Amino acid sequence: MSLTNDQLQAVAHLARIAVEPDWAEALRSDINGILEQADRLDDPRLNDLEPMAHPLDQVQRLRPDEVTETDDRETLMAAAPAQENGLFLVPKVIE
Amino acid sequence: MSDYVIPSGWEAVIGLEIHAQLATRSKIFSGASTAFGAEPNAQACAVDLGLPGVLPVLNEGAVRMASLFGLAIDAEISRVSSFDRKNYFYPDLPKGYQTTQLARPIVVGGQVTITTGEGKQAREHTINVTRAHLEEDAGKSLHEDFHGMTGIDLNRAGTPLIEIVSEPDMRTPEQAVAYARKIHAIVQYLGICDGNMQEGSFRVDANVSVRPEGETAFGTRAEIKNVNSFRFLQRAIEFEIERQVDLLETGGEVVQCTRLYDPDRDETRLMRTKEDADDYRYFPCPDLLPVVLDEATIKSWRAQLPELPDAKAGRYQSEYGLSAYDAGVLTASRATAEYFEAVIARDGADPKLAANWVMGEVAALLNRLELEIGDCPVPADKLADLLERIGDGTLSNKLGREVFEALAEEGGSVDAIIEARGLKQISDTGAIEAMVDEVIAANPGQVEAYRGGKDKLFGFFVGQVMKAAKGKANPQAVNEVLKRRLDGD
Repeated sequence: MSLTNDQLQAVAHLARIAVEPDWAEALRSDINGILEQADRLDDPRLNDLEPMAHPLDQVQRLRPDEVTETDDRETLMAAAPAQENGLFLVPKVIE
Repeated sequence: MSDYVIPSGWEAVIGLEIHAQLATRSKIFSGASTAFGAEPNAQACAVDLGLPGVLPVLNEGAVRMASLFGLAIDAEISRVSSFDRKNYFYPDLPKGYQTTQLARPIVVGGQVTITTGEGKQAREHTINVTRAHLEEDAGKSLHEDFHGMTGIDLNRAGTPLIEIVSEPDMRTPEQAVAYARKIHAIVQYLGICDGNMQEGSFRVDANVSVRPEGETAFGTRAEIKNVNSFRFLQRAIEFEIERQVDLLETGGEVVQCTRLYDPDRDETRLMRTKEDADDYRYFPCPDLLPVVLDEATIKSWRAQLPELPDAKAGRYQSEYGLSAYDAGVLTASRATAEYFEAVIARDGADPKLAANWVMGEVAALLNRLELEIGDCPVPADKLADLLERIGDGTLSNKLGREVFEALAEEGGSVDAIIEARGLKQISDTGAIEAMVDEVIAANPGQVEAYRGGKDKLFGFFVGQVMKAAKGKANPQAVNEVLKRRLDGD
């Protein structure tokens, strides 16, 4: 599989990354290199293997349903660029 | 109930996606509280905010609650399930992805039975559930004006949800509402969701398409998002069916899209079409390992299942002799069933009388006051007191209603109200005979006409005696004495 320039632009848009034209070709070539590596997984010898959700052969530990965090709003919001009445303020978003 | 009829020659195909907030104390991946109504961002910890370096740890309570739902609808509980990331950018999703289950959901399959119509028109339908998966809720965006900016409250971020996806098995808005109500009842019976639709604890998306009757292929569908009441669900689907049929009948075509229902204008409005649909780039979440459940755990959860609405309705019919319709109404919500059961817990209680009162006076009162049964101003034990006084003949049904109104308005005890208002029914035969004799003596013309064959005048005599007794005479005793005096001599 190899990525066309249009596909590159679409992926860049989804990731909210601005790709300047003079960078696009180098980036496309890098990504195509990664895709070539991924293509190796199409090897027919792997067809019978169950896909793994995780590289570690371990299972998820579960946490008891208990409230352990207390209100630490002041600290956690200290780095917010804008806030008011306990709310984070962000540039206006309209659905 | 709506009397909506789908346009002739057309069939609607409806599937629902229901998001139910799980009633855990803490969030799905963090130890922050999920309580509703806290100060903004007071319950958003570093994990919920997606700060660098934090790791999620899955809440056992959320896994158990999702599994209970699966067991309740006879679904398969996945022995191995896993989490994926659904990527999109929105300020109320601080991590830039929602942690959800795509490839291996915790609940697979299952079904519920719904009933539409009443009496002879009653029909049962089986609605299949495709899957139910665990995921986290997003925060809330407040679009009121903060100097041209949007306010973000992340208290809800990370609240556990199950998304319950149905097969496209429903053919009418009525069936869709009945299915949504049944799921709503089940999650409340299980105690895994408070079901509060106003607060967004239970949200419904509807996928709606239409096709000519007899066609087997599906039409193009529209998805109606975030409907927050059963009435709006009915109206939104009705509107959407009409919109699509109109389009197709006038030579247009339905475009796959997402729509929002606007209750003020009673219409669905376009949100986005498929062309600009999001590409979520799902991939397995590397921060969470596969969730593995063993047989013993699932068995212990199965043992926690309470009596569910269908089983309860069946028992009300066999044990109490209630009709299928009455049993269905009384078990439709856990709170109603609990109220009813508290009323009939009294020794010597008459379940049919109790059913009539709960579905009649109590329902009418709640309707009038716009209250839920949990907030009923006449608590179950007071209604039990009242029904006891009807049962022992102290009160007629009519006087009972008067006492009920007094209980609703002023509270107090049933016996005190009967005493204070002098509502005690007159059952003493001697007193009733005296009143009957007076009425007969005062109306010789009517007596003659009645005895001459005008049977309908019997009601007139009953009315006169009741008037003399100020409505407090035992109606059965009045009937008996009148019959004896009028027909006997």
